[in-house]
Amino acid sequence: MKLHELTISQLNNLLRKKETNAVEITKDVLDRIAKTESVLDCYISIVEEKAIERAKNIQNKMERGQLQSHLAGIPMAVKDNICTEGILTTCASKMLSNYVAPYNATVIQNLYDNGAILLGKLNMDEFAMGSSTENSYFKKTRNPWDINRVPGGSSGGSAAAVAAGTAIYALGSDTGGSLRQPASFCGVVGLKPTYGSVSRFGLIGCASSFDQIGPITRDVTDCALVLNALVGKDNKDSTTANIKHIDYAEFLVNNVKGLKIGIPTQFMGDTLNEEVQKAVLEAIEVLKRLGAECEEISLPSMEYVLPTYCTLAFAEASSNLGRYDGIKYGYRAKDYKDLEDLYKRTRDEGFGSEVKRRIILGTYALSAGQYEKYYKKALQVRRIIYDEFNEAFQEYDMILGPTSPDTAFKFGTKIDDPMEMYKNDILTMPANITGLPAITVPCGRDSNNLPIGLQMISKQFGESVLIRAAYTFEQNTEFHKNRPII
Amino acid sequence: MNYEIVIGLEVHAELSTKSKIFCSCTTEFGGEPNTHCCPGCSGMPGALPVINKSVIDYAIKAGLATNCTISKLTKMDRKNYFYPDLAGAYQVSQLELPICKEGHIDIEVDGKKKTIRLNRIHMEEDAGKLIHNDFGTGSLVDYNRAGMPLIEIVTEPDIRSADEAKAFLEKLKAILQFIEVSDCKMQEGSLRADVNLSVRPVGQEKLGVRTEMKNLNSFKAAIRAIEYESKRHINEIESGGIIYRETRRWDDIKGTSYAMRSKEQAEDYRYFLDPDLPPIFIDDEWIKITYTDKKNNTKTQVLRIDCIDNIEIINN
Repeated sequence: MKLHELTISQLNNLLRKKETNAVEITKDVLDRIAKTESVLDCYISIVEEKAIERAKNIQNKMERGQLQSHLAGIPMAVKDNICTEGILTTCASKMLSNYVAPYNATVIQNLYDNGAILLGKLNMDEFAMGSSTENSYFKKTRNPWDINRVPGGSSGGSAAAVAAGTAIYALGSDTGGSLRQPASFCGVVGLKPTYGSVSRFGLIGCASSFDQIGPITRDVTDCALVLNALVGKDNKDSTTANIKHIDYAEFLVNNVKGLKIGIPTQFMGDTLNEEVQKAVLEAIEVLKRLGAECEEISLPSMEYVLPTYCTLAFAEASSNLGRYDGIKYGYRAKDYKDLEDLYKRTRDEGFGSEVKRRIILGTYALSAGQYEKYYKKALQVRRIIYDEFNEAFQEYDMILGPTSPDTAFKFGTKIDDPMEMYKNDILTMPANITGLPAITVPCGRDSNNLPIGLQMISKQFGESVLIRAAYTFEQNTEFHKNRPII
Repeated sequence: MNYEIVIGLEVHAELSTKSKIFCSCTTEFGGEPNTHCCPGCSGMPGALPVINKSVIDYAIKAGLATNCTISKLTKMDRKNYFYPDLAGAYQVSQLELPICKEGHIDIEVDGKKKTIRLNRIHMEEDAGKLIHNDFGTGSLVDYNRAGMPLIEIVTEPDIRSADEAKAFLEKLKAILQFIEVSDCKMQEGSLRADVNLSVRPVGQEKLGVRTEMKNLNSFKAAIRAIEYESKRHINEIESGGIIYRETRRWDDIKGTSYAMRSKEQAEDYRYFLDPDLPPIFIDDEWIKITYTDKKNNTKTQVLRIDCIDNIEIINN
């Protein structure tokens, strides 16, 4: 097997046995990028020289015994909405196409401290708005399983890169499913942590009360290892929680005996692709056979998920994106008459249509006379959904269902119909609305050989339960071992 | 006909904390442009605000000293509008749940005692400053002042003359200086007042149409502006004209006010809870310690909210 095809834990093993070194691994992955990037277009920026230089430094440190982390010497890449000092951070937008962040996001600093090697910045939907990565200003990332199909989104570059071996692991961000849906479409593992467990400092805000950064990896073991480096209270983000540090790797246990799993009927409805439904039902059988107790439950508030999400997330986004005004950084229109005109032209020329759509809708939901009807009402419904999910966790350890109602679709098939596109995220949005942790693992393939994702949601700070259940599922199935042929 | 002048004041006082309201940048006055700022207060993408606890302490002190009720639950809201001196395109302020409510300050004018009621005191951040250069090549922005901590003290419309306004401002300044929450240097802009003014015939209960005057950088300017504006209102009414509800700018050199924008054109600020800043819970202990301990040795509990209003205590 080639180095770029291995997982973090496998590479770490080789590094410890001195059978390879960080430079060799980094060069191998860079070589893989050089060979596949012209087809896949996962990356917005590649920092080849910096990566090799850093790999040399890390290798030296490891040889002196200064770096013990599992992530030391492992090359990875991050979504382009996470700030990296001295490297372009564009949000895949014309608006920030020339923006170099002056500081590192906390997660970047954490990964650097663990000896991670950054290869570059990954493609995404502009400002994390979209479900196919077709909204990128720069390029369309292709799904490594079928290059005529989308990788999902908005973290499409992250998921495609991990699936194709052009990054050993990646960071994505998840506002309504932006990390889990592409992980599902690309047949890899993606975890959205509990809101408040991973710092958002340096994550360019889409919808602040929904956004979380999480890992995209090739298996659940790697997911736990990366999560270990990400979770923790950050004094620079007041929404992070002061939770006790735990080693998630301790929950890599092949046992789900007695685990109580609720399967909401609303997750398995008839709008589901039949093959997805079949694969998830089979996955449930696997878990049952291993001793989990699976029961059908009902979450009637699922009906309100989409309107609640759109109202609140777009409202927050409309405020967060106000700062892109052509004054301080980023794109500025060339010709303008006065200040007002400068704002209008800059924002008209700098933003793509999905971003504008959400700014307009979000602005409306917050405006005088509409606030009570839309924003405030949606906040109240958010509470109802939150209560309903948390009530379910009184009885169940986990909620389970598909990650996405469908598998990867072809380019251009949904981009002109925003509602169809939003519906892609209907099963992932609840975890963002409620702030709950959720993981996706591959659980099958459809007749087109496209991956299907199984989603598990747990209670607040219940990542350990997800890791245990997902690991057990993985140990008893073969889906995670399959790689796309590229 | 005799007229009664009805005045309400909105006073912005800059707090004399060491660092800004949401970052650790210095609050020192002056400095080369854009040297007292960081990714946070200059609106860089991805940076997040973290509230300076001293700002809360200072606001509590100001509230206690002006007989206010201190809110047990207070939160920060975003006031959205576009202007180059506002780096994030929203000012973090407080609308629904201000930190202090319903206080009062007693004043004395010509030997007569009077109570001026306070509607509220809230915390907010200052904006940067535009520098219009002399070469006609455009304007520059200095974010040194962006994120400076302010409290806004809002009175009820209890003031009836320029003298009363002057007495109120002097008393307020003395209080804020005494409790050491603001140095109240007007020339450095650490105390700024906006005047809401209307007139009505003596004996009439219904308030007249009010105007709001901004840019009053000294007590003298405030007095002159009140005298000017009340005369303008009376003259306008006497000559059969109409007073429009509008915001006016005071030009202290010319001694006149002029309309900035009418309320109809007024911006819709789309206030909403700032999702980056958890609500603040203030318990009796916090208030007590702030009240008794000059050095602010507060043992505090800053509480945080998760995505909704699921409250969890974090010991700071």
